[in-house]
Amino acid sequence: MAANFKFELVSPERILVSADVSEVLLPGADGDFTVLAGHAPVVSTLLPGTVRAVMADGIKRIYVHGGLAEVSPSSVTILAERAFITDEVDPRQLEKDLAEAETALKAADDDTARLHVNRAIQELKALVDAKRS
Amino acid sequence: MASLKEMRTRIASVKATRKITKAMQMVAAAKLRRAQEAATAARPYAERMDTVLANLNRRVTNKAGASPLLVGTGKDQTHLLIVMTGERGLCGGFNTNIAKLARADAQRLTREGKTVKILNVGKKGADNLRRDFAKNIVDRVDLKAVKQLGFVNAEDISNRVFGMFDKGEFDIATLYFAEFKSVISQKPTALQLIPAKLPDAAPVASKVAEAVNEYEPSEEEILGVLLKRNISTQIFRGLLENNASFYGAQMSAMDSATRNAGDMINKLTIKYNRQRQANITKELIEIISGAEAL
Repeated sequence: MAANFKFELVSPERILVSADVSEVLLPGADGDFTVLAGHAPVVSTLLPGTVRAVMADGIKRIYVHGGLAEVSPSSVTILAERAFITDEVDPRQLEKDLAEAETALKAADDDTARLHVNRAIQELKALVDAKRS
Repeated sequence: MASLKEMRTRIASVKATRKITKAMQMVAAAKLRRAQEAATAARPYAERMDTVLANLNRRVTNKAGASPLLVGTGKDQTHLLIVMTGERGLCGGFNTNIAKLARADAQRLTREGKTVKILNVGKKGADNLRRDFAKNIVDRVDLKAVKQLGFVNAEDISNRVFGMFDKGEFDIATLYFAEFKSVISQKPTALQLIPAKLPDAAPVASKVAEAVNEYEPSEEEILGVLLKRNISTQIFRGLLENNASFYGAQMSAMDSATRNAGDMINKLTIKYNRQRQANITKELIEIISGAEAL
């Protein structure tokens, strides 16, 4: 059993995850990397992708859309712009949202609205991918 | 003197008003609780962001090449005032107080010969500032349709601000919002966004650990990314605080409205009873003197 350390995932709206983990895989800007307890202190930006945290009660996967990870020997803190816990997302709901977003895109008549919907679609698609992997 | 019937109608209408203000007060109280929770939930992110930024700020010594978001454009000619107010009224002096602070600053800057541009978030502030600064208002963000404030809303605003900044449309940006002190007190606050004012005093304990930190990619790059995000975070914080303040102000405004209505009903009822009694006495006297005359 590997030593545990503190893992926190914070989105601007709330704290999403705060738990003890033994291993975290992060989609760093310079490549994916795994953090174990006692890791050298690193601050890294994150690319959109899946964070995989190994907890006592199983593996938790969280989709993050860009963010920043602060790693110290005893803790990992992720400041994510947007984050979803992959397993908690309902695939059917996801498909429905995607279909809705696509109709909204066709209906959108100004640039800001289009931008919004496009961003939403990209996010949803990335989530679908994260779900499959 | 108003007739008895008129007075009855009057009392009934004040009672109806009291019911409405009472209901609004309760709704505001419920929404205030949710707004406060949202503001509290958003705090950890902002706090950690501050810590990381402060550490970075200390580490990056080469400020000359740093982002203009941090060091400014080197001028202070054009000021952008981002004025956040509520979308609705019936909240006492809430909107007026924010607008008053912004107006005072705008007038001072104009006197100093600076150019003032105003970006309004929320309808009420726009209405208020339009009287004096109609030509200074460059844009207005409408949040009326937004039910639950999300980070997306803050990003919308910050993207507009960045767009203007990249085009060189302003040099200094200041955010005006009401800081939530308590339910009965909201303090209009001005917060300078660009160039960013970073907190540089970090707790001593983390200093030792920070000394060996590695940065991926380079510190400068992270700082650049973070500065942008920090502005979005600040705007988000402003939005949430403002929202909580708005409901706090509305709640206390509606509370005193309810109390005033109650006082008014009491006074009117006393007046009504007195009048009724006077009428009865008058009628009695008429009957008695009529009987005596016979």
